[in-house]
Order: sequence, then C-alpha cells, then structure tokens
Amino acid sequence: MSKRRFAFPYLIWMTIFIVVPLFLIFFYAFTDNASGKTLFTLEHVKAIFQPLYLKVIGRSFYMSLIATLVCFVMGYPAAMILASKDFSQKNTMLILIVLPMWMNFLLRTYSWLSLLENEGLINRFLVSIGLGQVQLMYNNFAVILGMVYNFLPFMILPIYSVLVKIDKSVVEAAKDLGANGARVFLRIIFPLSMPGVVSGITMTFMPALSTFVISRLLSGGKITLIGNIIEQQFTITGDWGLGSALSLLLMVLIFISMIFINKYGDESVGAGGLL
Amino acid sequence: MKKLLKKLYIFLILLFLYAPIIVLIVYSFNASKSRAVWQGFSLTWYQQLFTDSKILSALETTFLIALIASVVATVLGTFAAMGMMKMKKKTFETVRTITYIPVLNPDIVTGVSLMMLFAFIGIELGFVSMLLAHITFCTPYVIISVLPKLYQLDMSVYEAAQDLGAKPFYALRKTIIPQLMPGIVTGFLLSFTLSVDDFVISYFTTGGHVENLSMIVFSMARKGVNPKINAVSALLFVTVMILLLIVNKRELSSKKHAAKNKDTLLNREKQIIKYRRNEGK
Repeated sequence: MSKRRFAFPYLIWMTIFIVVPLFLIFFYAFTDNASGKTLFTLEHVKAIFQPLYLKVIGRSFYMSLIATLVCFVMGYPAAMILASKDFSQKNTMLILIVLPMWMNFLLRTYSWLSLLENEGLINRFLVSIGLGQVQLMYNNFAVILGMVYNFLPFMILPIYSVLVKIDKSVVEAAKDLGANGARVFLRIIFPLSMPGVVSGITMTFMPALSTFVISRLLSGGKITLIGNIIEQQFTITGDWGLGSALSLLLMVLIFISMIFINKYGDESVGAGGLL
Repeated sequence: MKKLLKKLYIFLILLFLYAPIIVLIVYSFNASKSRAVWQGFSLTWYQQLFTDSKILSALETTFLIALIASVVATVLGTFAAMGMMKMKKKTFETVRTITYIPVLNPDIVTGVSLMMLFAFIGIELGFVSMLLAHITFCTPYVIISVLPKLYQLDMSVYEAAQDLGAKPFYALRKTIIPQLMPGIVTGFLLSFTLSVDDFVISYFTTGGHVENLSMIVFSMARKGVNPKINAVSALLFVTVMILLLIVNKRELSSKKHAAKNKDTLLNREKQIIKYRRNEGK
C-alpha cells in the first residue's frame, strides 16, 4: 500500500524549508561578505561576547530564571492539587489550565496592557482606595509578569502528568513506616516528580529566553532581550551575521535542553500538551 | 477546610490566567475610548472594525493563508506519514528528527531562518512567502497526528479490495484513507488553528507587505491600548478558543471509543517510539 515514494514531496519540502534554512543560519553566522567575497569568519560569534550583548544575554538569563522560579513556586502546588485524588472537576480544571498554552501569546501579553498601564484598571483601583498611582509597566516587573503569565501552564502540565503517575502505594508505605506529611513529600513525592520538574523548567525557561514580544510590549521597548536584538538585526539593522550568531546561540541552548529532557525529563510531555 | 483551600488556590490560578483576557473582551464592548472608564455597552468598536479596510484585508489574509496552508499541509503530511512507514529505521529516525525541528525551535529562529531562505532563493517577502512558511510549520503537526493512526491500520481490507479488482489508488482512497480520517482531521484542525494564531513566523516572513490579524494587533499595540485592538483580539480569541474546543472534543470522544489507548498528542510521541522499537526487533 503506502509506498515510500509518497514521502518524496515532503522530503523535498523538508529539505528546502527546514534543512536549508538551518544551514543558512550557520552560513551567515560564520561568513562575512564585506569585501565582496564570502569568507569564513568568527567575527559574528565574537561579537556576541561584546559587553553590550553580553549584558543583554545576562539580562535575558536573569529575567527568564526569575520567571521560571516564580512559575515553579506557583505551579508546583497547583499541579499537586490537580493530581490529588479528592479534587473534583479535575478534567475541566486541567483543560482550563492547558488551553492558554495553545493561545496566541501576543494577545495574552497585550491583555496585560490595559491592566498595567498608568490609567489602567489596577492603577485606577489603587487611586480609588487612596494609594496613588504606581508605575507598573515599562520595567523588569512587567516583563517578568508577562513571562510568568504566558508560560505558567507549561510548568503545571508536565509536573501534573508526572505526579498523577506516582504509585500511591509507595506514599502509603512511607506513611505506614511512620513518615509525616513533610517527610513523605521531601523524600518520596518530590524526588519522584523530578522528571516533570525538569521538563517544566525547560519548557518555561526556553520560550522566556527567546521572546521578543513580551519585552517589546510590556516594557515599551525599554528592556532589550536576546529576542529583541535578533529582531532588530533582521528588521532594522540588517546585520544578519550577528542575528544568525544569536539564533545559533538559542538553538544550541534548545539542543542542550533537549538532551537534558531526554536524560532526566518526562519525554511524554513534548511540545504537544494535553491536546 | 483543606479542600476549600485547595479549591481557592486553583481558583486563584485560573483567575490569574483568565482575568486579563476577560477584561480585554469586556472592554471591547465599552462605549468610551478611555479604557478604564466603563460608559455602557456598545458595539462601536466592532462596527469600526468592519469598516476598516486594513483590518478587513488582514482578516482575509489570516483565513486565506490558514485555509490554503492547512489543506496543503494536510495532504503533504498525510502522504509523508504513509511514506515514512515504509522507510528503513535509520531513515525514519532522521526524517522524524528533522520534522520535529520546527516544533521545538523557538519561533523567532524558524522565522528568521525562513526569511533568510526567501532572500537566498529570491522569493519576495509577501503573501507567497508567508504561505510557504505556514505550510512548513503546519506539516509536522499533521505528520504527528497521522502517524499513530497508521500503526493501528487494518491492512487486510486494502488487500481484499485489490483482490476484488480495485486499482491501487482506488483501493487506497476507499480503504486506507477512511481509517486514517480521524488523524487527518485532527492534523488539519491543528494546522488551521496554529496558522490563524501565528505571529512571530508571519512577522519575519512577510516583510511588512502583508499583514495578518496578529501583526495588526502587534503594530497597534506598540502605540498603546486601543479599543479597536480589543475588538480584534476578542474575535481572534473566540475563534481560536472554538477551534481548540473542537479539537479537544474530538480527541476526548475518540478517547471514549478507544478507551484502552489515550490518543492525545501527549501519547503519540510515545506510541511512535514504542512502535519503532518493536519494529526494530
């Protein structure tokens, strides 16, 4: 029946639109065309290590790490509650938490604008109770909030799917042997949930690290992350070499995190989510 | 007490996730342009939406691209999945890994790499380049949806059809395709949703010559909040929500029919790996 040649059109498509573009990133990251000739160069890769860009990379890591940490602290209890046996309407709640994963993050980020801006709802509320206006936007807080908001479901889902699979008899055995609640959690539940935690952390950290929309909209362009630099290189500056080198950096990080997930993570929670 | 606290916590998380979107939608019905003051229900912004030629053409672009891209991706992906089944293990693994690249790569990297490709092969940025990009990131999802269905395929019907004199292609259409249909439809719906939803890849592959709804939202949102964007957002949100619910409902009901095997994207990857391992033995 299905013959191997059925895949030929896709193989051609895949080569042109997936393999060649990847090759082009490497090509532009490592060549220079300034003198009319295409020459191998490490200049673009070196450029990443200029203080200016190192600062941006550092800031991206710092903000993504904080966002990931907040997601973890907020998400782990949520995953535990969802996974607990006595929680009713579990499936509905789960779908409600997962649905935003598939929704346009641009819209979700934009939705915070009307809450955070100076004449926004939160500030109007603060003024009306006599606390006065607070600058909520155009700062690190707003960008981190945007990241947490966008990527929280990516933390909850993998942890949840590991927690529900934990064998209840192990927990019971620990209790029978005299462990209290905290001890059961620290010695049994938490270590067993590590694969989900690893997946959750990577699935939150990587998109936070590569975003340019959240920082652009919620900081009004004041805070620059790796994604913003890449965007500028391709839309304004036209320095494809630097843009490609930075894209390559993101790809290397994705690659490392994939190895990490494959080794320690829960592989069943790929990019797919619950759908 | 403990139960109540648990419920309260989940409620707070859901409030955090949905409150901004609900506020956004509510304010799209606000009569006043000032977004913080509520001046009564009105459909002004929706009316303005449907007289704004820029937004209308973006609406057309969004759905035209989504329709063509998802149809092409579905055909391309379905045949690709069928062909992949007959590949040797090593080739299969390679093709599968490459197929996953657009799924796993950050959108910005996919976007800029395709932008460079179009410059490299001399395709002008615009509608066509955007369409090609959308087909590229949709096809992997079709393949991921169809592959597991191929493992469950009953081949004897196809052989019987041929024994009874059906030409190979006719037999394929009458016996194989119907069995694959649930996977194909899921792949199509996913492609359509992802295409309507996409911003980053479209942003880099249109060069500002064509705009979809997300791009309109982005360029307007840069200048601050505007009730008209709230209206566009509300429409986009509702569209995507409905599409997602359809996909989910299909998955859930097919789960009921085949209760033994949860057929979600979550499990598909596992099924593929398991199948290939058995194949290798």
